[in-house]
Amino acid sequence: MSEQGHPPTDEVRPPRVLVTKIGLDGHDRGSRLVARFLRDAGMEVIYTGPWQSIGAVSAAAAQEDVDVVGISSLAGDHLIVPKLMDALRQAGLGHVRVVVGGIIPEGEVAALLAAGVSKVVHPGATRAEIVELVSSLAADARLADAGPAAMAAAGASPAGAAAAPAVQP
Amino acid sequence: MSAAGGPGIPGYDEARARWEQDVAGDPGVAAERRNLSGVPVKALYGPEDVDPAAYLEQLGFPGQAPYTRGVHATMHRGRPWNPRLVVGLGTPADYNARMRELYRLGLTGLFVSPCNSHLRGYDADEVDRELLGVCGTLIDTSEDMERSLEGLPFDQESVSIGDTAPYTLTAMYLKVAADRGIPWHTLAGTTNQSDYLSHYAALHMFFRVALPGQKRLLVDHVEWMRRNVPRWNPLSVIGQHYQQAGATPAEAMGLALSAALQHSRDLMERGMAPDDFLPRLSFFFDASINFFEEVAKFRAGRRIWSRLVADRLGASDPRSQRMRFHAQTSGADLTRQQPLNNIARVAVQAMAGIFGGLQSLHTDSLDEAIGSPTVDAARVAVATQHILRHEAHLDDVIDPLAGSYYVEALTDAMEERIMAVVDAIEAEGGMAAALEAGTVQQMIGASSLAAQERIESGEQIVVGVNGFTVPEGDEEGASARPVLQVPAPERPDPAKIDAYLERLSAFRARQDRARVTAALDALARSFDDPGENTYGRVVDAIMNGATHGEVCRTVREAAGAGEPLVML
Repeated sequence: MSEQGHPPTDEVRPPRVLVTKIGLDGHDRGSRLVARFLRDAGMEVIYTGPWQSIGAVSAAAAQEDVDVVGISSLAGDHLIVPKLMDALRQAGLGHVRVVVGGIIPEGEVAALLAAGVSKVVHPGATRAEIVELVSSLAADARLADAGPAAMAAAGASPAGAAAAPAVQP
Repeated sequence: MSAAGGPGIPGYDEARARWEQDVAGDPGVAAERRNLSGVPVKALYGPEDVDPAAYLEQLGFPGQAPYTRGVHATMHRGRPWNPRLVVGLGTPADYNARMRELYRLGLTGLFVSPCNSHLRGYDADEVDRELLGVCGTLIDTSEDMERSLEGLPFDQESVSIGDTAPYTLTAMYLKVAADRGIPWHTLAGTTNQSDYLSHYAALHMFFRVALPGQKRLLVDHVEWMRRNVPRWNPLSVIGQHYQQAGATPAEAMGLALSAALQHSRDLMERGMAPDDFLPRLSFFFDASINFFEEVAKFRAGRRIWSRLVADRLGASDPRSQRMRFHAQTSGADLTRQQPLNNIARVAVQAMAGIFGGLQSLHTDSLDEAIGSPTVDAARVAVATQHILRHEAHLDDVIDPLAGSYYVEALTDAMEERIMAVVDAIEAEGGMAAALEAGTVQQMIGASSLAAQERIESGEQIVVGVNGFTVPEGDEEGASARPVLQVPAPERPDPAKIDAYLERLSAFRARQDRARVTAALDALARSFDDPGENTYGRVVDAIMNGATHGEVCRTVREAAGAGEPLVML
């Protein structure tokens, strides 16, 4: 992280990540794998299993004080992610970074990024790529949470729906 | 099955020794290889690996126990496999148009796959509209079923319905048949997704009723269909879900056979004799790209099932011992990168299923890893089956890989691995108990992680993903040409979704409320009476105009809601 100009992630508290599936689909092979990867990399992972409502994810993100929400979508459930982004902002969680992974048609990526999703990850991403992405997003989220001054000091982009993807792997 | 020493052929031992000398020190031959199920794979197999004297006991003839060589005497010569395609998209009219197209291309098996809103027990107007018709067809009423099947020869074909508890799609199908004057006893088909154990363990695609409620619904469904629609296969045991979720081929087969034992015992506990329901039991498996391992998995699975049925369930009708199965090529093997490569993968997967002795086959479309299949991709998938049969002549010879030293040795080794899984689950008290303890979920999770690690370490090459990738933006040479792209997945037309929701609300307005309420009340009460068949009440509710969501809500309240055991 520090080579990229970010201050090091909080030494005391590792990144906190909510790994979940919203909507109706239950295929959970990908979300279980990613949750294990992140946990094995030393992150604090809250894994909900499938079928979560947007309200439940937003509430869990607040209660668990997470830095990153990871959404797995294999059957079109990502089409309601913009609703989740609205719910997070309304809950005062605009700093929380959201990453969507799974089967996301190329033509639908731009709409997700425009809605404020930080990154869309396609099948074939490696464990190392996923871990690096999430820890980097967690660092961004903490900067954004700390306020504009901290962000300016770190040279990061402002938080919010229009923010460019925070990480360009 | 292997006999010690040489097979008694003059000069054999000397020739064998020369070969061993020739390959001594060759790193390729010396390297230890194992298949996904953990079976060590040697560089060469020979007569010492098989025991010809065990032919009748281990292989037998097609249509004869232990059915290793196939469940039917004629196999594909006399009974070509049935080409099926899971089709699920958009509205009933979209489904109907796609099915008519595929019929023209020579598809013979109907396979209805409903929208996720349906699988989870809701009508379309109860969920986020963005999710409607994205991954499966919207079918909430018997009128939707009617529209889906319009003009299709559904009464002459064996249909396969992707129906989960409480099996309302099958009930709607029965209503459409009744409305058309087709007697139920003539209908043939399969309730393709009725195995709630695999859904609970691996897929979490079922509606929220706890395991005891799911068990009651399935037992009642089998019992009622047996009485009223005798040619129907109400129970299809699913091994495919475990393997797609990450289980090895041996584990997936072992778990499916364990689930089949569990369901059989549940039905026997209800008072049904094994020979009453086992002849109508069918299976649904994954055919992955690990060609020989899959062929051996199917052959070993058939052998084991015929013995389990006789030894542990006490069935005596030979038809009870036959592991008839549908196979679907593995979507998890397909890649988003260089998607046209998936055509080659599907062909190899399909060959594994065909040589494994399947009865019907779904071939995945090449864009399966990108989104719901487009019609062009579905055409290629159907054509692949025709090419394998009519151009490659794979149906010429029954069980053509039999007698291969490798295939027979591997079939024996896979049998051992599969039986180890069956024995472990039995020791835990059966599949339901093992699921509640989380053992099955842990087994699948560990194998899924191991598979991912093999890819990450480079031990497993996936073309276009971690090997032989085409560099993007490389302006040099042939690779500068853009990779051929496939069309973007089709999303349902919002206007069509609006029209669907309007029809649903018009259907609700036309419902005879008193009749619907009476039928739903009777359904709810049937759960309090162990002597009643709840499925008869489900069919009755649909016949009286209840919607899918109304039936599911009633069942959820009467049978008790439940959640899958979620664990990493």
